[in-house]
Amino acid sequence: MMTNVGNRVTQGQFSFLPPLTDKQISAQIKYALKNGWAIGVEYTDDPHPRNTYWEMFGNPMFDLKDPAGILSEINDCRKTYPNHYIRVTAFNSTRGVESPTMSYIVNRPKTEPGFGLIRQEGEGRSIRYTVHSYATDKPETERY
Amino acid sequence: MRGSIVKKTSQELAPSDNSSVDLDAEFRASNIKEVLDKLDLELIGLKPVKTRIRETAALLLVDRVRKKLGLTAGAPSLHMCFTGNPGTGKTTVALRMSEILHRLGYVREGHLVSVTRDDLVGQYIGHTAPKTKEVLKKAMGGVLFIDEAYYLYKPENERDYGAESIEILLQAMENNREDLVVILAGYKDRMDKFFHSNPGMRSRIAHHIDFPDYSADELLAIAKLMLAAQNYRFSREGEEAFGDYIRLRMKLEHFANARSIRNALDRSRLRQANRLFEGAKKNLSRTDLMTIEAEDIRASRVFKEGAVDLDGDEGANEVLSNS
Repeated sequence: MMTNVGNRVTQGQFSFLPPLTDKQISAQIKYALKNGWAIGVEYTDDPHPRNTYWEMFGNPMFDLKDPAGILSEINDCRKTYPNHYIRVTAFNSTRGVESPTMSYIVNRPKTEPGFGLIRQEGEGRSIRYTVHSYATDKPETERY
Repeated sequence: MRGSIVKKTSQELAPSDNSSVDLDAEFRASNIKEVLDKLDLELIGLKPVKTRIRETAALLLVDRVRKKLGLTAGAPSLHMCFTGNPGTGKTTVALRMSEILHRLGYVREGHLVSVTRDDLVGQYIGHTAPKTKEVLKKAMGGVLFIDEAYYLYKPENERDYGAESIEILLQAMENNREDLVVILAGYKDRMDKFFHSNPGMRSRIAHHIDFPDYSADELLAIAKLMLAAQNYRFSREGEEAFGDYIRLRMKLEHFANARSIRNALDRSRLRQANRLFEGAKKNLSRTDLMTIEAEDIRASRVFKEGAVDLDGDEGANEVLSNS
């Protein structure tokens, strides 16, 4: 039974919602800027949920006041990698926190083939389970 | 009033030419008047500048009203170029401009990013574009102020990266018109040369504002404002003396308008402090500490020798010999 219709990767914020519009993305960025978080744009073509280190598109953006600059960066990234996953992260540098506080996908490939379940025979006939993204059968940059 | 207009526009797609908007009410609703009054109060002289700001304010207001009646037009280009002699208030007005444009609702955030060549132009190939773009990103939603903009272009060096930076700037000025206002500032002759070699830049800047030199009376008014901001004031004789000082100083070389005035005031503060320190009266009142007397000004070399003060250390010799 398919629980995730359309095989949409769901990670980060808002991933169960329909894709965010640019206006909604701007509003989210504005919220992050208001809190003084540094914003980065990251992309990847390996959708495995444990793949947390995505490639950065350009430098993280500090000291910005307005979402327009970040939105143009996102659009640049979309133009460069139209068929990759792209996410926006907000980094909170407050001492003691020092970690990303927001992360949401703003671009995804046209078709997402989804994940297959892999079973491995372990010691004593035990079974280990893992997931495998069909997309990663192909080499990097050819996946989507 | 506003509600009825909105309703009208939604009922008939093209509102009739007779539908009306109260411009006065709109003017009162925005706090433009307050902004303009403040500008009049705090900036002495600068007639052409104020006229242009008034016109811009009117345009933005009318634009807003037009939008209500469904008459849309693209955002007006507000990139500006300030030219003028040293010390005519280019930087001061630019700082003020971001606030004004924010109040008028033209820029979203109203912050000012002030940069010079160093912040835009890189040191090696491939360094310039990211650097310029970073600055542009920071300035979005506000005003980007490029001081001494003519340094961006160095015609004597073909391999200078300034041209690359200019190219990116031009692109952003064209494409991100509603996100960003660029203000260039510089001395008149050099800016003219700069525009001559970058015609694209000239045509993309709609407002060229020339800052006139100040008259002696205006300079005195400026001096009083500057002193008031620092909690000082002239005595009556002091004011007369300073009027004389300005008239003499204007004839000498290296006169930099308000900047020369500021320096002169700083030096007279120095002399005032020394006078109080050396003086017999050790019990000083508030007024004593605030007042700049004629002797603090008359001690200037401008009066004695008719010579220019040497960047701020004029009178230093006297202080040394006294102590």
